[in-house]
Amino acid sequence: METYTFLRQLADSWVLLALTLFFLGVVFWAFRPGSRALHDDAASVPFRDEEPQGGDERRADRTSDDTDMKGRSHG
Amino acid sequence: MDYLKIAAFGIVALLAAIAANFARDAAYLANALIIMVAATVMLLWTLRQTDPMGGPRRVAVETGYMDGPIRYGVVATAFWGVVGFLVGTFIAFQLAFPSLNFDWAQPYGNFGRLRPLHTSAVIFAFGGNALIATSLYVVQRTCSARLWGGNLAWFVFWGYNLFIVLAASGYLLGATQSKEYAEPEWHVDLWLTIVWVAYLVVFMGTIFKRKERHIYVANWFYLSFIITIAMLHIVNNLSIPVSIFGTKSVQVFAGVQDAMTQWWYGHNAVGFFLTAGFLGMMYYFVPKQAGRPIYSYKLSIIHFWALIFLYIWAGPHHLHYTALPDWAATLGMVFSIILWMPSWGGMINGLMTLQGAWDKIRTDPIIRMFVASLAFYGMSTFEGPMMSIRAVNSLSHYTDWTIGHVHSGALGWNGLITFGALYFLTPKLWNRREMYSIPAINAHFWLATVGIVLYASSMWVTGIMEGLMWREVDANGFLVNSFADTVDAKFPMYVVRGLGGVLYLAGGLIMVWNMWMTIRSPRTAIVTSPAE
Repeated sequence: METYTFLRQLADSWVLLALTLFFLGVVFWAFRPGSRALHDDAASVPFRDEEPQGGDERRADRTSDDTDMKGRSHG
Repeated sequence: MDYLKIAAFGIVALLAAIAANFARDAAYLANALIIMVAATVMLLWTLRQTDPMGGPRRVAVETGYMDGPIRYGVVATAFWGVVGFLVGTFIAFQLAFPSLNFDWAQPYGNFGRLRPLHTSAVIFAFGGNALIATSLYVVQRTCSARLWGGNLAWFVFWGYNLFIVLAASGYLLGATQSKEYAEPEWHVDLWLTIVWVAYLVVFMGTIFKRKERHIYVANWFYLSFIITIAMLHIVNNLSIPVSIFGTKSVQVFAGVQDAMTQWWYGHNAVGFFLTAGFLGMMYYFVPKQAGRPIYSYKLSIIHFWALIFLYIWAGPHHLHYTALPDWAATLGMVFSIILWMPSWGGMINGLMTLQGAWDKIRTDPIIRMFVASLAFYGMSTFEGPMMSIRAVNSLSHYTDWTIGHVHSGALGWNGLITFGALYFLTPKLWNRREMYSIPAINAHFWLATVGIVLYASSMWVTGIMEGLMWREVDANGFLVNSFADTVDAKFPMYVVRGLGGVLYLAGGLIMVWNMWMTIRSPRTAIVTSPAE
């Protein structure tokens, strides 16, 4: 019971305040001046799509999968 | 190393066989046998991979993206989707025509056992495989890094699907801990925990070795989904097995604490599995398919933090007018209403990504699916907060309105965005230019949409009718209707709901055919460089 009361009072005072401030901090951080370039850069991440070790690796990956399968079939 | 693996699989198979021998109930027996077979298959497979002469082990070249588990995941998503829709449609007709609870199929084929099979198949098998496959696809593309952990990603795929088979066979044979969306018993829960930690490790490892400076917002959503589900799963499944050779277990929490833990889990399963995870999909696939970046990256950051800060408190709205203290229920209600704002912020962010490309809704059926999906997301996230208000809840709770709400979210938001993602991924993963049939995507879109509309509208009508009939009193204060009166009055709406399910299932079958034809289409259709 003591623990419950303590946690309950902690939760609706200091922790509530801390979480609210953290959340407001995040909002202000997102809107801080000078963040536009950073955000534009982050928003374009899905369109960069640079495959590790060159562009032709997707096919290399597939071939290695295929050889793997062939190797498996005759033990 | 391989010899260790072979030995380990052998021991697991042996232990499973012993467990099957001592099994105290049918579900445990079946699960032990499934584990035994799985371990034996893995043993033989590893054995065939190993060179008995001790020669150098053939190592697959680890270059480029690792798409094998994702291809399997895409196929598994489509397969479990159709299974889940089929079971759902069948149990919808069981409610309309109770004689479909066939005598010869008792007790395995009755509504009570098929319903968890349906919910788990669509949420965890269809949705879960979709989330795992898309998250592993997206994290590689947005980090420009190959999946971390080598074959661990394969373990995640097979381990997760083993979990589904264990859970499903358990339900049919009567194993359940009677917690909604957390029905699997202790041994299946333990297995899922192992798989989930492996999933987290693969995902985090890939983020850690990223070449990209930013962690793209989709990965934030995926990561919050993985971490939160781990936490929810462990806390809600704290239980002590009655016997190590039986499925039955006893919950650690009791009474209202147990109820609150369950709905803290239950609502956050909606919030983090069906919302945060699928928003991760939205933040990658909608910009990708529209060919333009997300409308506002700032808004997406605020969307993320607001969503995860608020969702975690919304659970108590499932327990209005129960033994739960009023302050807790009010807290849940207030947070549910505030949640409306970030939800709509996210919807607007997704929809406005199409700014300047609205014509794509007309020309591109995949974009149309994403847009409809976001529209249903917006509708459900308005309906949900409204239903969480205590006064509305006194009418809607325990009625079919709730079921309608869940399905407009699940079929509309989760279903359509997953179909869109599958149509995006299938040609990419198998190096095809596009899906085999674009008109078939269009047909799927309309079948699914009309199916959802039939489902949701019939459930609104029957839910509100049911709520009003239950509370109707005559001049002397006596209840006017018996429960059976409401069941009788619901029959026409139940038939309409079943028909909605048939349409949705038909759309799913068209998708499976279309995917099959795309994957099987002649090799001449292969594009050398992926069309992006």
